[in-house]
Formats: sequence, structure tokens, C-alpha cells
Amino acid sequence: MIKKTLMYIVLILFSITTIIPFMYMVATAFTPDSYIIPYPPILIPAAFYLGNFIAALSSNNFLKYFMNSVYVSSISTLVAIIVSSMSAYAFARFEFRFKEKLFKLYLFSLMIPGLLNIVPQFLFINTIGLVDSYFGLILLYVGAGIAYNTFFLRGFFQSIPREIEESAIIDGASRFTIFTRIIMPLSKPALGTFAIFAFTGFWDEFSSALTIIKSVGKRTLPIAIQLFRQQHGTDWGLIFAATLIALVPIIIFFIVFQKRFIKGDFLSGSVKG
Amino acid sequence: MKKSLKYKYRNELEVLPFLLPGFILLLIFIFYPIAKNFYMSLSDYNIFLDKMNKFVGFANYIKALKDVVLWDSFVNTALYAIVTVLPQMVLGLILAIIINTKIKGSFLFRILFYIPVITSWLIVSLIFRYIFESGDAGLINYILLKSGIIPNSISWFSNRWTANAVIWILAVWKGIGWNMIVFLAGLQGIDRSYYEAAEIDGANTVQKVRYITVPLLKPVIFFVMTNLLVGSFNVFTQVYIMTNGAPMGRTQVLLSYMYKVAFTDFNIGYSSALSVIVGLFIFILAMGQMKFMNMGYKESQL
Repeated sequence: MIKKTLMYIVLILFSITTIIPFMYMVATAFTPDSYIIPYPPILIPAAFYLGNFIAALSSNNFLKYFMNSVYVSSISTLVAIIVSSMSAYAFARFEFRFKEKLFKLYLFSLMIPGLLNIVPQFLFINTIGLVDSYFGLILLYVGAGIAYNTFFLRGFFQSIPREIEESAIIDGASRFTIFTRIIMPLSKPALGTFAIFAFTGFWDEFSSALTIIKSVGKRTLPIAIQLFRQQHGTDWGLIFAATLIALVPIIIFFIVFQKRFIKGDFLSGSVKG
Repeated sequence: MKKSLKYKYRNELEVLPFLLPGFILLLIFIFYPIAKNFYMSLSDYNIFLDKMNKFVGFANYIKALKDVVLWDSFVNTALYAIVTVLPQMVLGLILAIIINTKIKGSFLFRILFYIPVITSWLIVSLIFRYIFESGDAGLINYILLKSGIIPNSISWFSNRWTANAVIWILAVWKGIGWNMIVFLAGLQGIDRSYYEAAEIDGANTVQKVRYITVPLLKPVIFFVMTNLLVGSFNVFTQVYIMTNGAPMGRTQVLLSYMYKVAFTDFNIGYSSALSVIVGLFIFILAMGQMKFMNMGYKESQL
């Protein structure tokens, strides 16, 4: 009994430290005139003042930035799924010269922090004229993530029984047909998990977007929030209203797919930044 | 001749369409940049005139040896690893052990502790910047003042060590949930009969953790430690958002300093040299760790 009480005390203490920073953020977003930090601190707002949200969405373009983020994250997710599942399938099912050595090269690149390469990546995108374009950013997202995504999906493809493909080969199906008609449909659950993590990763991505996107109208949500904070440093109510808007898709994903998030899929721990 | 060549490489020809798109991207965005970084580090690279640059040999590397801010960045990064890795592992393990007892409401607690993990570094950095605001009204200052722990409010971000402390607290706070989930997955793989046998022998909880849980979790513990240590060298966003190196570069970490040299000072040659140094350092660290891990793994198999 004492043991159980002790365990609950630990759990509740951790819950409080986890939740209070978020409560403070939410309360600030619903508080008027929050460029002065209220004294004493407000953890539960007296009334749900919506002015900050209205200001963020109407006069500060956050609806546009939201749509920009939706666009970039969805296209990147789609392209990443296609390109990485193709190369993952190559490593999972084909036999070819230097396969193991090549795969080691992919694994090696996982050790390098992505940001170390940002300058040459930027210069390359600049050379092909794609700085300040979504196409350049999407290319960078898919390219920088290729090694990890290949690694992740390869493991899954390897778990599909070979017999299913073998009978298709006997029936004369090409590798491409097998890939599109058998492997991909069979992998729907894994690709779903992959898509959730890829999308949330792209949605939150900060440093690459900060480097590649230059014009105000093209900003994605994370850089819009950061640059907004630089301009209006102390208007925390407005900043946190924008932040909460950016959190909406993540919260929805988390509620709908909570089991996939907390099942121990190690993907989420390795999202860079 | 042509036909036999085609036959000889039939496997490679077959895999090429699947492999090539990803491989080209890997070359362009990972391996070409590594080579280019090394090449640029030997030059006086100018970001505005992509090609016109002067070969300067190892001048950028010699400059790095004498760079005080680089030294600070290195110390801050190393301290980040030393200070944050162990606490989040220990706390994550404690939570995992409690939740693994299937205590009532454990599912809810699990979801709750995972919320900081799914929130982006940008957002949690803004939140922590706000709760550690200077003055009496900042939440942390308010709590510390009211409980009598400090006599005067602390101006957290204007001193190197208090600013670093905030960065470390954030790292542990955000990391616990991930540690908990990974350890929980590991704990669920441990056979209950070990504990039952220990209970018959009269072992208490601490003894069970010390002599059963930790030894059997060794592979998971190594996995988590490797991830967190390498991750410590990935630190960028939280520093960029909360301090951006202030005061006077004393809170920079390696990546945020490299980014500043490149995109604020436009000193590309030097920033490339920094990238090469950091890359090499991580490579050596990871290699050493792999050796260590193999040893540890073999040991745990005995």
C-alpha cells in the first residue's frame, strides 16, 4: 500500500512538471494585453479571450503560413514515401554487387548531424536556382532523410513473407508490378506509421526552412513563429496563439494515432533538431 | 559481347530503377556536401561569389585552434551531454518501471509524459524562454521567490551558467518521455519469472531493479545512451531560439556557432572548417562507442 502511494506521488509530481509549462502557454494565449507578463502568473485564464487568435489568423497571415506548412509537409511526405520505399525495397529484396557496402554507406550518413551539411546544401540549391522555392525545400527534406527512411522501411519490407512474391514471379509479374501491386498494399500499416512521423517531422522542421525560404509570403509555420517573435519580442499572447495553431495537427495526430506514437517506434526520437 | 555484359550485370540493371532516385539524392545532399565542406574549409570562401575564392591551406583550422567561442561551444556541447543524458535516462527508467507495474491509470500517465516529446523543439524552447523570463513575474522566478529559495529574481538568460541551466532543464524535461517509452518496450521483454524467483528469495524492489532489471536491460540502455550522446551534438534549435549564443557567444553550442559563422558572418571557409572538425569528432566518438557497445553487448550475453 505504501509502495503504491509512493508510486502515485512520483507519477503525479512528474505530471505536474510536465503539464504546467503547457498550461502557462495556453493561459497566456487566452489573456489580453499579454505583452506585460501578468503578476501573479495566470495558469487558468479568467475568460477565454480570443483576440490573440483572431489577430494571429487575420492580421498576421498565420492562416497563410498554416497552409504553406500543410502544402510543404504533405508533398514532402508523399515524395519521401515513394523514393524511400523504392530504395528500401531494393535493399530488402534484390541481390546485387556491393549491396552490403552500399548499405553501410547509408548507415554511415546517419551519424552525421544534418545541420553540418547545411551550407553546401544551400549552395547546391542556390546553384540550381531553387532557393526560396518549395521545390528546393522539399528536395532537401527528402534527400536529407533518405538514409534513415530507407533503413526504417527496409526492416519492414524484410518482414513480409517471400512466398507471396515468389508466386507472383512464377506468374510472370515484373519487379515493378510486384512492388506497386503487392509490396505497397501489404505495407499500408507501416507506411501509415511512416507517413505520420514524416509529416510531423516536416511540419516541425525549423533550420532547413529558415535557411532556404526567404520571402515573407512563403514562410512555413515554424519560421513564421520565430521571426514573428523577433519582431514583436514580448507579445507572448500573440506568439503562443500562433504556436497553438501550429500545434493543432500534431495534437490531432497524437489523439487519433496515440497507440502508434507510444508503442516504442524509435523513429520519433531521431527526428533532427 | 554486349549481350554477355548485359547478362553479367542483369541483377544490377534490375535494381537500378529502384535504387537510383534515392542514391542520387543521398550523393547530392549528404556525400557531396561532406566533400564540399572539406574543399571549402581550405579556402577563403565567399558566399556571394560562389566560385571566386582563394586557397588558404589550413589557415581556417589554425584559426579554430585559437577561437575562444569555439572552445566555449565545445565545452557547452560536452556539458550538455554530460549533464542531461544520465538524469533523463534514470528518470525515464523510474517512470517506465512504475508504469510497467500496470498501476491504475498508467495508460493516461504514459500519454501525458509523451506530450513534451511530440511537441517541437521550437515550441518548447519558446515556452521555456517564457517561463524563465527575468523579473518577479516570470513563472519560475515567481515560484522560487514565493517559496523563499531565492531572495531576488534571477535574470536567467544574461549569465552563461544560468542560461545553460535552462537549456539543460529543458533537455531533461523534454527527453524523459522518450526514455520512458523505449525502456518500457525493453521492460516488457523481460520474463516475469525472474522477478518471481527473486521474490521467493526475499528480494526487495531496489534489489530487483539492481540485479535483474538493469542487467537485462543493458542492450536497451546502450541503445538509449548512444542515441542521446550523438543527439547531444545535434543540439541547435533550443539554443538558437532561447539564447542565440547570448550573452556574447558564451552559450553557443557547436552547431549554433557554425550556423552563425556561416549565415550571420558569411565566413563560409571558416564555418566549413568547423563542420569538418565537428564531423570528425562525432565520427571518432561514434566509432569508440560502437566498440564499447559491442563489448557491453558481449558481456551481457555471458
